[in-house]
Amino acid sequence: MKKEHPKAKKFGMAIDLDKCTGCGACMVACMAEKNVPFKKDETNKLDSITWLRVYKLDNGKAYPDTEICYLPRPCQHCGGVGDHGHSPCVSVCPATATDYSMETGIVSQIYTRCFGCRYCMAACPYHARYFNWWDPVWPEGMERSLSPDVSPRMRGVVEKCSFCYHRYQRAKDKAYYEGRDEIEELEYQTACTQACPTGAIVFGDLNNPDHEVHKIVQPDAAHGGRSKNPRAFRLLERLGTNPKVYYLSSREWVRKAGDHYLAGEKDESNKH
Amino acid sequence: MDSALIPVGVKRCPLWKFALGLAVVGAVLAWGVYAMLLCWIKGLNQTNMNDYYGFALWIWADLAVIALGGGAFFTGFLKYIVGKDELKHIINYAVLIGFICYSSALLILAIDVGQPLRSWFIFWHANVHSMLTEVAFCLSCYFAVLTIEYIPLILENRQLDKVPFFHNLSHNMHGIMAVFAATGAFLSFFHQGSLGGVAGVLFGRPFAFREHIAIWPWTFFLFTWSAAAYGPCFTMLVTWITEKITRKRLVKQSAIELLSKISGWMITTYIIAKIIDTWYWATTTAPAKGYTLADFYTGNSLYGYWILIAELVFGGIIPGLILISPRLRQKSAARVTAIILAVLGVCLNRWVMVLQVMAIPVMTFDHWVLYYPSWQEVATTILPVAYGIILIMISYRYLPVFPNERELNPID
Repeated sequence: MKKEHPKAKKFGMAIDLDKCTGCGACMVACMAEKNVPFKKDETNKLDSITWLRVYKLDNGKAYPDTEICYLPRPCQHCGGVGDHGHSPCVSVCPATATDYSMETGIVSQIYTRCFGCRYCMAACPYHARYFNWWDPVWPEGMERSLSPDVSPRMRGVVEKCSFCYHRYQRAKDKAYYEGRDEIEELEYQTACTQACPTGAIVFGDLNNPDHEVHKIVQPDAAHGGRSKNPRAFRLLERLGTNPKVYYLSSREWVRKAGDHYLAGEKDESNKH
Repeated sequence: MDSALIPVGVKRCPLWKFALGLAVVGAVLAWGVYAMLLCWIKGLNQTNMNDYYGFALWIWADLAVIALGGGAFFTGFLKYIVGKDELKHIINYAVLIGFICYSSALLILAIDVGQPLRSWFIFWHANVHSMLTEVAFCLSCYFAVLTIEYIPLILENRQLDKVPFFHNLSHNMHGIMAVFAATGAFLSFFHQGSLGGVAGVLFGRPFAFREHIAIWPWTFFLFTWSAAAYGPCFTMLVTWITEKITRKRLVKQSAIELLSKISGWMITTYIIAKIIDTWYWATTTAPAKGYTLADFYTGNSLYGYWILIAELVFGGIIPGLILISPRLRQKSAARVTAIILAVLGVCLNRWVMVLQVMAIPVMTFDHWVLYYPSWQEVATTILPVAYGIILIMISYRYLPVFPNERELNPID
């Protein structure tokens, strides 16, 4: 009997901003997991590497009407219009050093092929890509705690969030060893998802109706992957980047902060 | 001492004066080389670029010198393909300036990338969807064409020309130069356009993004058009500066006037197209993404509406109108003013399409980020200028760059 190919996956995230406290545990977990180097002096954030960065948003109103929202921003793993993989960065890289996987929907970065032109950084509207301005150096002894699954990057190349792809590889290896074709939902979770103390980040396969992320997002394939959840929105939806990171908020001003609107326009993040 | 190398029938300054000039410019060159070595050895942390400004001064310089070097391909196109024979009086210099501009662009790119030793990956792992790939291929090929166009001039040196092989090679290369001019024009139409496409395809950056025809955004055509329009202005400006320094007339007035007239019409038609493009982008493309013009020109201390007006009016409309007017372009002061405005205008356009793109926040909760270059970036940007001056000095002294020099400056 002919064996069917497993359906292509589309890994994505739902981040509930109502639950995010801005504690930064996701950022710390991400840096530790991916051997992200840091500088002696990290005060200049314009050249700090933060694959996942938590932004602080406010509603622009004076006290006592001020409201705050924290928004964690990993790479959005854009699929581009029609999900053809023409994400802003992938389509511009001259050396094919960044690629869109049709099997997982993950935008990868091949560090040893990147020659550091930084065109992808110029193309990314989310500032999710970072350049290694310095050689990676860790304090004495700390290099022993580096993850052996993730290669540190050299000076002069671009890096970014990979949705902890090495964990996916590890889960697949385990499944193969145990004679399974598929991995379980919880076998592949990103470091930030597991580190979040409030459970604000949910990760999984957006194509799999059994996965929690699918149930939350309810992606509408007929409308470019937009969410059917009225609380959900994506960052800069109108640019046509088609991200795989969805945000949830019960507050309208937060949802509206996800995109630009002309005067008189309404929040259209969930318009079908 | 070096009189045997100097073309017959022309006058040059004493060798000591020439050597002194070389030493002064050479010192600037050495400063640039030092900064370049710092960037290569210590890395791009020597710059003031950051993760918001991945593209900065160097990419602007690249785009600017390639636009200014456009005088080579367009003058060649006019002379060899269109048949404007009058331009033979300036074509050598246009080629030399183009050669300097393109070699400078390649040098700056070699400093600009984080891993210079991997630069060949752009050819080996080429991504056909990337505008930069097209730029790399066409730019390298066109630089080869410019080198081929420059070689016959070198071979015309008084001593080299005595070698029969070099003499015949130079003669035969001149005979088939139209083929190279056509190749150069073809390549230039693409890479000048691709450089415009670099910004125009950025659909994640609404300030840069433009609508497309097939795979080419409007900026593709605007960049080619502007390089053809403004490139000859730079050729004329450098010619004018050279004439002032040497205190000689080097190019026949008829060639300058013809090139001014063609440039004038090219600039005028370009600026009409640019205004239409700006209007459509401001009223249709950007609003469709939720942006207003104010989002791009307010809320920061540098990039106001003034830059748009300066580019369109002072860098386009005014020089265009001066140069298409026969009365005005015949007046040296008006013509030179127009040429200077034009050169500044195209440089400003390239600045806007690189640095303003980077400065503007895209996410609603992000902010404007302004940038100033480090001294290493400035020095490495001045480096090609010094190199260009040196190459012009040597070429002018030892090669018959200006075919009419003897006729225009007879020696008793």
